[in-house]
Amino acid sequence: MDDTVIRVEKLGKQYLVGAEAPAYQTFRETISSLLYAPVKAARSALSRRTTEEGKEQTFWALHNLSFEIKRGDVVGVIGSNGAGKSTLLKILSRVTEPSCGFAEIHGRVGSLLEVGTGFHPELSGRENIFLNGAILGMSQSEVRRQFDEIIAFAEVEKFLDMPVKRYSSGMYMRLAFSVAAHLEPDLLLVDEVLAVGDVSFQRKCLAKLKTITADSERTVLFVSHDMQAVQSLCKHALHLEHGSLVDSGEARSVIGRYLTKISSTGNYRKWDGDEPGNHEVRLKAIEVSSEPGSDGICLSSRDLTVTMVFDAMVLRQGLCIGFDILTPEGVTVLRSYQTDLAEDHCPILVEGTNSWQCTIPAGLLNAGEYYVSPKLSIHNQYWIVNDDPVIRFEVVTNRAVSSNRSLRPGILNPVLPWESVA
Amino acid sequence: MLNSTQGLASTVTLIEPSSGWLGLNLGEVWARRELLYFLTWREVKVRYKQTLLGASWALLQPLFTMVIFSLFFGRLAKMPSDGVPYPVFAFTALVPWIFFSNGLTQSSNSLINNSQLITKIYFPRLLVPTAAVLGGLIDFVLAFGLLLLMILWYGVGIHPNIIWTPLFVLLAFVSSLGAGLWLSALNVEYRDVRHTVPFLVQMWMFATPIAYPSSLLHEPWHTLYALNPMVGVVEGFRWAILGSKTRPDSLLLVSSAISITWLVTGALFFRRTEKRFADLI
Repeated sequence: MDDTVIRVEKLGKQYLVGAEAPAYQTFRETISSLLYAPVKAARSALSRRTTEEGKEQTFWALHNLSFEIKRGDVVGVIGSNGAGKSTLLKILSRVTEPSCGFAEIHGRVGSLLEVGTGFHPELSGRENIFLNGAILGMSQSEVRRQFDEIIAFAEVEKFLDMPVKRYSSGMYMRLAFSVAAHLEPDLLLVDEVLAVGDVSFQRKCLAKLKTITADSERTVLFVSHDMQAVQSLCKHALHLEHGSLVDSGEARSVIGRYLTKISSTGNYRKWDGDEPGNHEVRLKAIEVSSEPGSDGICLSSRDLTVTMVFDAMVLRQGLCIGFDILTPEGVTVLRSYQTDLAEDHCPILVEGTNSWQCTIPAGLLNAGEYYVSPKLSIHNQYWIVNDDPVIRFEVVTNRAVSSNRSLRPGILNPVLPWESVA
Repeated sequence: MLNSTQGLASTVTLIEPSSGWLGLNLGEVWARRELLYFLTWREVKVRYKQTLLGASWALLQPLFTMVIFSLFFGRLAKMPSDGVPYPVFAFTALVPWIFFSNGLTQSSNSLINNSQLITKIYFPRLLVPTAAVLGGLIDFVLAFGLLLLMILWYGVGIHPNIIWTPLFVLLAFVSSLGAGLWLSALNVEYRDVRHTVPFLVQMWMFATPIAYPSSLLHEPWHTLYALNPMVGVVEGFRWAILGSKTRPDSLLLVSSAISITWLVTGALFFRRTEKRFADLI
């Protein structure tokens, strides 16, 4: 028996972009563009810029993508924003059609492109479980069979008959994930669903995904920016960049090569024109340093600062500005948000440009290489920026922390207090 | 082209670009009938949530329209009403009309209102507008009960032809869904539809013999009039329930032919544009 679950060949997806193709048209625009079309054609023929303009109008979100995945394989898909990861999952889950090429899938497909798809705020938890189950493709009997397990995992027994709009965002997320996690497809497509919610929730979801993937019959395609999650869940990884496959193989080595590639960017990143963000907030720059001109080499004896410059268009409640620090293996060392502080100690958000700095105390990180990925979100609701690492730095020990410490094992290397308590 | 039958591990789904006219793929719609049930059920459940008067809105809407019509057309304009009391005459037409017009309005906005679903998960898209129309059936049943009470109240008497009403409800459903499929698919690309529908429904109501009897029109206009399928529905209702005059055979024939044509072309058009929904919505 052929054990190929997904076969993708020369798959491509072309989108129209720019002012020429708005998200949707009105009749007036269609009519006026019809009227202007001859004028425009004449004008471009005169100025001979047809090809140039023609190129700008389309963009390949995926281009000439080919790969195969075997039964029981758990594959991570990594790559920077706009690499085509989500487009790939959308095509495989049949939400959107490819422009060329084909994909062949053997078996039943379950997709988890978003947690809580089809949840209705007015309906109770119980009602939403059945509704969401039906939307995800579970039969009613399947949902009924798993009902107890679903609510046990979500920990919402007491609130089952309350409309979900009265749920806390945490409860909402847990319930939504729980329904989806009890799908039993042959192929599961997961897109960044762990990204929202608190850490204990994420850990729980990850553990659940692990038990799902432990069953060797199930094949999983897992898109994430969380290198650690990819590392711990996936055997193999695909690295997409600009819609094409640039690397594939064993997860650990693909992630390693990916992070090395990023490292060429240095300890400072400034965006110009393509700032990550949305209509509320845009990230302009991020830098890590221990002293001016240090070039990403930081002395362990000095405080490290991470500076984030961003524009706030509106003063949004619950805006979290922060970052992750990762090791080259993709292990998250820490995550910090300004909201970790008590409210009266948080830096104050102003409309326009904000420049915030976070201090990592001297001696906390051991010698080695680290990566920083910016994280901007609306607390417990959605991500604004959830990028892969964009800058790197290196910590070198110097003797100033403590005179008798040479290189230690471990990621952290803080000096901890010792005293006799006898 | 997308081919799949769900549930079997051995099924193969081929995903590739499609072009031109697609089949209706009703097999897939049938396979997901449980989802249709849930979408319809959601439609019903949510419709009157957080309203003070709840489901009584299903009765108030035709009732108030009837009162206004009775005042202006019945009392002031002295409109003829096929020999039954004007309020009964108007209400008999309003009950199927409101089922049709609400179904049309709901279904034409249904894809936009469910854009979150459309962009995140695959299922036969035809289910969305269908559920939107089906959701109005409960309201219809409530209003129909009120109609029967009213007929008894006015002492008109219920005609035995009433057993034929389900057929006319089906005709109203087919007309509503047929138009709804066209409009919902167009609405994804052209949001003008959203603004046009309320206006369209209003014009349509006056083009349907609700406030006046169709006998005001003479042949050949009378039969041509049935190109509006709601003419057949409304006259059918009056024939079945009030037993007014003879069965409007030619009207029904024309109306049925038109509404079935709408439904089939609407479904084909819907399927043709469907693949772009997620990208455009």
